[in-house]
Parts: sequence; C-alpha cells; structure tokens
Amino acid sequence: MATVTFDHATRIYPGTERPAVDQLNLHVEDGEFLVLVGPSGCGKSTSLRMLAGLEDVNGGHIFIGDRDVTDVQPKDRDIAMVFQNYALYPHMSVADNMGFALKIAGTPKAEIRQRVEEAAKILDLTEYLDRKPKALSGGQRQRVAMGRAIVRQPRVFLMDEPLSNLDAKLRVQTRTQIASLQRRLGVTTVYVTHDQTEALTMGDRIAVLKGGLLQQVGTPREMYDTPANVFVAGFIGSPAMNIATFNVEGGEAHVGAARLPLKREALDQLTDADEGKIVVGFRPEALNRVSENEVGAMPVAVDLVEELGSDAFVYGTLVGPAASEAHVQSGAGENHVIVRIDPRDVPMKGDTIHVAIQPDQEHLFSPSTGNRLV
Amino acid sequence: MEQLQITSATPDSALLDLPWRVPLADWPADVLAALPRGISRHVVRFVRLHGRVLAIKEISEQVAFREYGLLRQLHKLEIPSVMPLGVVTGRVDDDGEPLEAALVTEHLAFSLPYRAVFSQALRPDTAARLIDALAVLLVRLHLAGFYWGDVSLSNTLFRRDAHQFAAYLVDAETGDLHRELSSGQRTYDVDLARTNIIGELMDLAAGELLDDDVDELAIGDALVSRYTELWEALTGVESFASDERWRVAARIERLNNLGFDVGELSITTDIDGTTVRIQPQVVDAGHHSRRLFRLTGLDVQDNQARRLLNDLDSYQAATDRQEDDPQLVAHDWLQNVYHPTIRAVPRELRRKLEPAQLFHEILDHRWFISERAGRDVPMDETTTSYVENVLRHRPDEKAILGLAPGEEDPELDDDLGSGPDAAPEDDHFHLST
Repeated sequence: MATVTFDHATRIYPGTERPAVDQLNLHVEDGEFLVLVGPSGCGKSTSLRMLAGLEDVNGGHIFIGDRDVTDVQPKDRDIAMVFQNYALYPHMSVADNMGFALKIAGTPKAEIRQRVEEAAKILDLTEYLDRKPKALSGGQRQRVAMGRAIVRQPRVFLMDEPLSNLDAKLRVQTRTQIASLQRRLGVTTVYVTHDQTEALTMGDRIAVLKGGLLQQVGTPREMYDTPANVFVAGFIGSPAMNIATFNVEGGEAHVGAARLPLKREALDQLTDADEGKIVVGFRPEALNRVSENEVGAMPVAVDLVEELGSDAFVYGTLVGPAASEAHVQSGAGENHVIVRIDPRDVPMKGDTIHVAIQPDQEHLFSPSTGNRLV
Repeated sequence: MEQLQITSATPDSALLDLPWRVPLADWPADVLAALPRGISRHVVRFVRLHGRVLAIKEISEQVAFREYGLLRQLHKLEIPSVMPLGVVTGRVDDDGEPLEAALVTEHLAFSLPYRAVFSQALRPDTAARLIDALAVLLVRLHLAGFYWGDVSLSNTLFRRDAHQFAAYLVDAETGDLHRELSSGQRTYDVDLARTNIIGELMDLAAGELLDDDVDELAIGDALVSRYTELWEALTGVESFASDERWRVAARIERLNNLGFDVGELSITTDIDGTTVRIQPQVVDAGHHSRRLFRLTGLDVQDNQARRLLNDLDSYQAATDRQEDDPQLVAHDWLQNVYHPTIRAVPRELRRKLEPAQLFHEILDHRWFISERAGRDVPMDETTTSYVENVLRHRPDEKAILGLAPGEEDPELDDDLGSGPDAAPEDDHFHLST
C-alpha cells in the first residue's frame, strides 16, 4: 500500500512546444481509487504512463509512498498494470493462470498457493481454482486476469481504459466489480478513462484534465455540485449541463424576458473583462416547468423528447427575444437546452414549454476566465 | 437504423458475402478455414474468401479503428506485420441487436503460430531461433518508435526463412507509435515479453505439448539478453582514439555477426580530433548483392556482397568521404583497395578461391591480426600475412565452398584460437546509449 504523488510532474514530447502534461500536482491517498478523466489528448494516459515509468518525466517528480520513482524502471516500481495482458492459458488451471508470474519470480510453491487462494477468495473463484479457463464465464475470466495482478501484491494498481475493449454489457458489470474489489483490497488505484460516467461511478475522487492541465480534483459529489470552471461543469454529468451567457443588469442575469437574481458575492467577483455578462450553468435536472408569467421563465421549443421510463428529457431550443445571444451549449450541441421533465407529463415535438432554474441550483462562471464565481 | 459499413483502403465487395449478422463465434464451418489459432482475449476466426484467407477479430469499434490505423502505419514503416484490410461496423443480428465491430486482416501465407511450431517435433534449437526472430522484430519495432504493450508469442506469427524464422506482428491492439521510445517503454515491453513467453511455454508444458527438458525460464531470459545485445549493438555510441580506426570495421563486423547490416554510420570527431564517436544506423538486410552491383559492377553472392559493401562503407568513413558521390567512392575503393588486394595474391594461389571470397577471407584475416596487434593493420601487410599463413595451407577450393552458409571455416577457427563471438565485448568496445 502506498500514496502516489505527482509533484509538478511535466511531460513534453520531443518536437512539441506545449507540454502533454503540465506541472501536474496530485496526491493520491493510500488505498484511494483515483480516476483521471478528460477528453482525448488531455494528458490523462500520459500521466498514468509517467507513473508507470513508460514516459520520461521532463520536469518535477513522482513519488510512490516516500520513494522518488521519477527515474526508476517500470518493473522496479512495485506497480501492476491491470488488464494489460489477460489472455488466459487454456492448458493451465485457473490457479496456475493466476500464479504463474510468481512462479517466474521464484516464489516458493506454498506461498504461491496461499496468495492465489487468498485472491481467489476475494474474487469468488475458489471453487474454480483447479479448473481450466474454458469452464469459466466471460466475467469470471476477467476476474482471473485481476487475480494475476492481485497475487503480485503491488503497492499501486494502474488501469488504462481497461473496459474499452469489452462489449457494453460486460463493461457495466466489470465496472462494478473493479470498484467493489478495489474497496475490498484497499490497494491504491489510479484509473484512466474518457468516460465521465465511469469516473463518477468508480472513483473515490476524480481528477479532470484538459490540455495537459489539471482542471479540478474532488469527490464525484464535489465535481457535480461545485465544478471549478465551465469545462468541468460541461464535462461532468450526464446529460451534460446547459451553459448559457446572460447579460447582467441591475443585479440580475437576463435572457429576453427571463430574469435570474444574482448573489452579491457573484456580482462582486465579475470584472470589466467580463463586459457585463455572466455564464450561467444549469443541469437538466435543475429545471422546473413553470407558467409563462413566472419571473425566471425561459421559453424552450421542443425538438425531441427522450423517454427513458424513469426519466424523460426534452431536447429543445431556447426561444424568445435575445435567445440567440445566450450562446447556449449543452450535451445536445450548440443552442440546445436539455430539460428533465416528468415522464408522465410529456410535451409534444413543436410545443413550447417554460422552464425556470430551481432556487440556488445555478452555477455561475466568469465569461472571461471561465472560472466559478462564489 | 444503423447500417453495415466496411471501412477499407482497398475495398473488396466480397467481404459483404460474409455472415456479418451472426456473432463471429457462431459462424458456420463452411466459411471458416481450419488454421491453428493462438491465444486471444477476443473471438478470432479465419475465413476463406475467394482464394484468400482472412483473419477476423471481433472487437469494439473504437479499438478496431485504432488498431487498423496502427497496422497501416506499421506497413508504411515496412515493419513485418499483418496487412489490415478493413473494419466492419454497424453490425446487427437478425433481432436487430447490435454486434461488435470486426477488424479484418489478411492472413500471412505460410506463417505458423508458435503453438504449431512447438507441437511439431522440431530440432532442439527451434525455440532459440523463434526467440531470435522475436527479438529482431521487437528491436525493429522499437527502432521505429512502436511500443507494443503486449508482446507475446501469441501476438506474433513466424515464417520460415531459410534456416531461420522471421517474426511478424499480428496484434497491435495495445500498441502505440511514438516519435521515439523512452527506455521505460522499451524495458517494460521486454519484461512483459519475457513474462508472456514463459507463461505461454508453461501453458504448452501443462498441455504436454512441450518436451520435458525445455527450460521455459531460460527461453524467456534468452529473449531479454538477445534483445539487449541487439539494441546495444545497433544503437550504442562507441568512442575510441582516432588512431584505432580499425574499430569502425570491428563494430560493423559485430553487427554482421548479429545478422544486421550497417547502412549508415554517424561519425563525429571531437574538436582536437583525438576521439572518434560512431553510432550505426541500421538498414534491412537483403539488397546487398544489387547495391554492390550498382556501385561497382561486381556480381557476387549476397553474403559476399554484404562483406564487400561493409568494407566499402568503412573505407568511406575512414577516408572522410561521407559527402561524396557513393559511385565515385566505390570506384576509388575498387581501384585502391579491392583490385590491388586481389592482385597482391600470387596468381597460382588466386585460383583457389573466387575473388570475392578471397577478399572476404582477407578482411577476416585483417580483423584478426589487427585485433591481435591492437592496431589497424594495412591491407598490403594483411594480404601478405594471409597468403603466407592461410591461403598456402588451404586444402582445396571445394572444402570451403562445400561449407553451409554461415558455417565457420574450421581452419580459420584454428587460426583464431577462438571465434570472434568468444572475445569479451568489453575488451573491444566502450558502449553507451
């Protein structure tokens, strides 16, 4: 077990000017499950490979526990890249499939058996230990692969998009298994994914990266409730947050006839560079349908209704005066607003509904810096 | 409604005839080709289609496109690897349920998965030759900036190549192309290769497909040492005093012994000219005969051509003529080195061997006596020594020509006391990467 620390860790690829990972400072607690998430090219995989020793570190340091591993070879770092290799050997028993790396390392037989049995117990594979992989289901085979990493008793597990080559069903199943297994084992884990749902459902904490820069790190709840900037706000959450630019006048944010009262602290943080505007984010689930005459009512023309049984979402366009100036964006694209509605009261395509942001459910950002206000 | 889509640089409508609405695992026997399969985490099937054999792997769309792109890039880099044909997406079964995408590659004709090679009763050094082939492939991939991420015998196919095997990459799923690999990436690949190879051999042993006396660990370790040796030899910077230029030839000799040829040699001299640093840049073997013919008009066998070209290269390096027209340098080399050397051999003895073979042996002899003298022995002195000490005592031409390619001349061996391979490396080279 160990902590992991990135201390101003920087990676610049030869021939490029902008660092792929720029001064990353991140501390992973002992036993913690940390997810690195972000869009393609954000530096998440590079960060993980720096920790694994597969990428040179051009600046700063990386620590595992108290040990500076910046220049240590991968195999000497006491880490396990889980799922890198999980083709199972057909002629070997499940136990041998799990323990063969220990055999190679010259671990005594009795100890191998003991470690394999311990891992099998955690993985619910005890009764299969003497069988061949052929007798296992897809999910059980996955667990044997995890067992391979577990028996080595590494200080840190590293996983780089481990679910990307699984089919959708197995992906959800394995996601849950990895998360619960990691909690049971208590081994510090750094996990990379581009999928924010995976990040939210698996991580103790999530670190969001973009363009090589750490945007925010926090628990799933913190990331969802108080995104540090517009990028994190739009990235975390599904369907994505609606984000619009409003005019500020007399202590209120305006779009057309809609008014949104703003807190004093938020107003105070706006600067001249914001040019009298404010970015307002509101999640699809933070909107209420209201009557046309209500103060904060925004008219939305319904383009599509997505019914999911427990939920229903309206994909629509903000209409009315000044709507086009709002520069609305959401998971549904430019100028689209997503609204979660009561699945038992669903509007028709072409209808106009009115929605208002629930009290205190707005997220306010500076248009000039993109950073959160308040 | 999603539609079946085939993405390919070389579209072949015959692909549409395959049963894409059926999960690959359930494809009917009549479309499948019976070929030995390696270990894979995915469903892989071989299919016979209009006289070709295709390998089809079911895999997620994103990974399929990625691997397809990587395999295409490897082909452009002329790395031995399977030819990607396309990606099939938008598959649905008869109930409209989506199926995984498929990556289609062309099966490498005459290739063998390691299981097939090992399960036949082959000569005992087969394992060593497979490992050699894999080490060569891994070094070539790393030189090209390709990090494999899952090196294994299963992810490699072997083709017979005269007395050796040539290895081909068949699975690039975990790979990545970089501008240059870090030493961490290389050592990780090599370490994983070792673990995987030992695991695969242990599996064969568990299935009683492997001789009991095969040492799995030793074979895995052999890959590491073979790789390390090759990598050092191919990329290591070597420095020495400027009066030890015979070391340029010694370095080239050593690479030849490892089965590689030197295409270019980067040579730098420090400011006062006392130290020379050389670093080889490697080309593929194969075109030596033609290259030599183009440059000199000499028409000789390939191994002889190799040898002559290397001497020409070291001549070019030693005379500081890297910038000159190669044809001019070759002409001068013929006039100043090759012809005078051959002519220096007495006419009655010259008939014992072909001229190119003679020259090759004189070069060998020079390497040997320079090594012993610790200085660069000139060609004329070498030739005299060779004629007196070697050629005169030659039994006859046939005994030499009767040797199999690569086999050491027993008489030369006697002369040398030990083969060049037996000399400890550190005595000859200061290597650093």
